[in-house]
Amino acid sequence: MELGKDLVAASATPLVLAILAEGDSYGYAIIKRVAQLSAGHLQWTDGMLYPVLHRLERQGLVSMRWGESDSGRKRKYYRITKSGRLLLVTQQQQWQVVDETLRGIWIQACKA
Amino acid sequence: MSSSAEHTRLEEQIAHWREYLRRHRAINAPDVAELEDHLRDQVGELSSAGLAGDEAFLIAVKRLGSLDALSLEFAREHSERLWKQLVMPPLADHSTTTGREVFVVLVLAALSAMAIKLPILFGFIFDHDGGFYIRNLSLFVLPALTAYFAWKRKLDAITCVWLLLAFASAGLLANVYPFSQNSDTLELTALHLPIALWLVVGIAYVGGRWFASDGRMNFVRFSGELFIYYVLLALGGGVLTGFTLKIFSAIGVDAGWFAVGWLIPCGAMAAVIVGSWLVEAKQSVIENMAPVLTKLFTPLFTLVLLVFLATMVLTGRAIDVERDVLIAFDVLLALVVGLTLYAASARDAKAPPDVFDALQFTLVVSALVADAVALTAITARISEFGFTPNRVAALGENLILLVSLAGSAWFYARFLRHRGSFAALERWQIACLPAYSVWAALVVALFPPLFGYR
Repeated sequence: MELGKDLVAASATPLVLAILAEGDSYGYAIIKRVAQLSAGHLQWTDGMLYPVLHRLERQGLVSMRWGESDSGRKRKYYRITKSGRLLLVTQQQQWQVVDETLRGIWIQACKA
Repeated sequence: MSSSAEHTRLEEQIAHWREYLRRHRAINAPDVAELEDHLRDQVGELSSAGLAGDEAFLIAVKRLGSLDALSLEFAREHSERLWKQLVMPPLADHSTTTGREVFVVLVLAALSAMAIKLPILFGFIFDHDGGFYIRNLSLFVLPALTAYFAWKRKLDAITCVWLLLAFASAGLLANVYPFSQNSDTLELTALHLPIALWLVVGIAYVGGRWFASDGRMNFVRFSGELFIYYVLLALGGGVLTGFTLKIFSAIGVDAGWFAVGWLIPCGAMAAVIVGSWLVEAKQSVIENMAPVLTKLFTPLFTLVLLVFLATMVLTGRAIDVERDVLIAFDVLLALVVGLTLYAASARDAKAPPDVFDALQFTLVVSALVADAVALTAITARISEFGFTPNRVAALGENLILLVSLAGSAWFYARFLRHRGSFAALERWQIACLPAYSVWAALVVALFPPLFGYR
């Protein structure tokens, strides 16, 4: 099953923020985590994650710093900021509303 | 394949990929580093899963997504970067050298701005010694421009000495001749000295290797782009001047002396240097504008010339050989040469002929006919009323134009009929260029004594 483009785009922000809430991370690891969490259903074009990360940084939801990988390569790490965590909480509530609404109507549809 | 050979190959591929990515203006150096880190992680994982280096690289690149789409996404997120290109150095990691370049440019711009005010210290007042200023105008700024390129291209000492000698002799020729007030030869010197000295700038621009491939065509591009930038800077300068006058008149202070005596002359000089630096630093920004302007104006100029020729035939009027008319006419023809040159410089030399080439050909041929008409008028005038400096100068220029246009028409015709290459046409046009400067130098050096400083 592949998700529609709009749905992928809409879920990108809460997903990235949620992953960063687990701990600092970098692009490649975030993508791996997304694939793992969604059991491969959420397929991102890898490169597209970076403009998203840069947007979140501009909006002050994440901060970044340059670090080094284990092999000594330059690597850009991202960390969620306070306002990022705040947004994550509101987004969680919003998605829950969507989720519950859909669930409600689908359960009714099943019963009918 | 041994693993070390495979490793080198992979490094090469990544280097190519990085090069390619760098060309996208929305993606800057840190972004490339970030994406490269991602790519290497992916390649590493795919390789450890058993894929060969090549395959791993291909799949990793594909997963990153099409570079154009990626670049578009980056451009959306970083639209400010595309604007920054106009004022900021494109390569962040060269910031120290660009910083030094900005410093050199500012110093040279200040020097040329001072150069035009310096003669006042020696008693040359603009209002009284207009002749001095108009014949030396190019000498105030072009040495600084040449110095900029000499510095930028790291010219060797011998070439520098030659360039210096060229300017020294130009300064000498412009100032030792005892011109009479408002003489024709004085005006000819004022008109021709910049054309002659532009070749000297060109030699510095191409780094002293005039005959090296591409160098001269790049100089043609540079000249055209500098012209566009200069017009833009002049527009800005005009607005600045207007505001200065207005706001000072609002408080009852007359700033006219400042605008006329300092802002305009110093700005006009400094703008040449700053404009040249902008062209150098921002080549790719205007590169897209000049071909558009060329395409836009080629049909219009062709139309004007064709209508002009038709009108001349229908009304039976001859060209007036008065100086102003003749100059305007020569400038028009020179513009045609410039348009074809510019179209050539922006064109892919390997592409087959298309409609635009046919249009260019029409333009060249109509200019050729117009030039032939002008030449007839000039020779008729000379045989009737004898030689004057203006007529001889015009005769020389129109002869060079005739030869150059005839050659262009010939090579264009061959190209359109698939008998010759576009490169041959380009070579011909470039080969003609120094002729204008050499003739201009002759006019400056020989005409005043030859015609008794009239």
